[in-house]
Amino acid sequence: MEPAVAPHQSAPISLVTGASRGIGAAVALRLAALGHHLLLTARNKLILTTIAERCLKLGAASATVLPCDLTDQAAVLHMFNQIKQQHQRLDNLVNAAGMMQDSVLGMTKLADLQALFSLNVSASYQCCQLATRLMSRQKSGNIVNLASKVGESGAIGQSAYAASKAAISGLTKALAKELGPNGIRVNAVAPGFIETDLTAHYSDDQKQQLCQQISLGRTGQADEVAALVQFLCSSDASYLNGQIIAVDGGFSL
Amino acid sequence: MTAAKHTDLQISNTGRLKHAFATALAIDVARISDDLAYNSIAEWDSTAHMLLIAELENCFNLMLDTDDIIDMSSVQMAKTILSKHGVVFDVVFDHATTNQTGPA
Repeated sequence: MEPAVAPHQSAPISLVTGASRGIGAAVALRLAALGHHLLLTARNKLILTTIAERCLKLGAASATVLPCDLTDQAAVLHMFNQIKQQHQRLDNLVNAAGMMQDSVLGMTKLADLQALFSLNVSASYQCCQLATRLMSRQKSGNIVNLASKVGESGAIGQSAYAASKAAISGLTKALAKELGPNGIRVNAVAPGFIETDLTAHYSDDQKQQLCQQISLGRTGQADEVAALVQFLCSSDASYLNGQIIAVDGGFSL
Repeated sequence: MTAAKHTDLQISNTGRLKHAFATALAIDVARISDDLAYNSIAEWDSTAHMLLIAELENCFNLMLDTDDIIDMSSVQMAKTILSKHGVVFDVVFDHATTNQTGPA
């Protein structure tokens, strides 16, 4: 899909996965307000188009909708080919696409585990692979991954999700070391309990119990995570690399 | 396309390939030969290899798959792999010429 407005080549070019909802959508809106060229991907073209329209109203230099199932490796390669043809470069990759699995160890199907890893880990890995090919030549770029407080500390009934997010933390640290010499920074944010579609199934009682463990005494909002991602994508974070930064209201203390 | 244009393309692509290697590995273009192999010189390590891939992709306007990147173990292999993606080098040109101008 062509960008909705003519590109301003000086503006950063930022790809946000999972941009149709939750933290991904919040990140897209934040970067839009800074005038980025936005490349928005998720499966649902209709919702992405709505987000793209909001991005343009907020000041995005352009907003390109790239519907894609990130677990389809060929489709992801095709998407990056499109980006290469259109922009020839990429400045920021925000790997926000992800899914959650709530089930105790004995009740977790291996097929569900594999599906979870396919999106949360393999898709992020492939996006990192392809994004760095576009970033390496310019010897600059930022990758921000979505880790989780659960990946750092674990949680009952979330072993599969925790394992996938711990993988993202490891990936982030390894890539920070590997890609740093090429001028590419890799960091991750580790949200605590954020009010998104992924946590919408929690009852009020469950939320109240969780809030008792959060020093700020409340759940977080997607935009509060997006604010940190925005910072990590900026030159203000130019010496930050390989960090897993908690955004959890003190949940991890 | 005429033979002359083929020749231009052939020289151009070989030159572009050498230039891409020289830029990515930060070595003199005179050191680039078909025999030059991955890890055979200090400048062509795994980090430089990824820079090389980015340089080649930009130079020839294509995206290589992971198998191609792993298999690109020499300049000669780079030519073979790029040929698979439609980039014409000497050998491919010679075959094409033979096919076009050989005995009927």
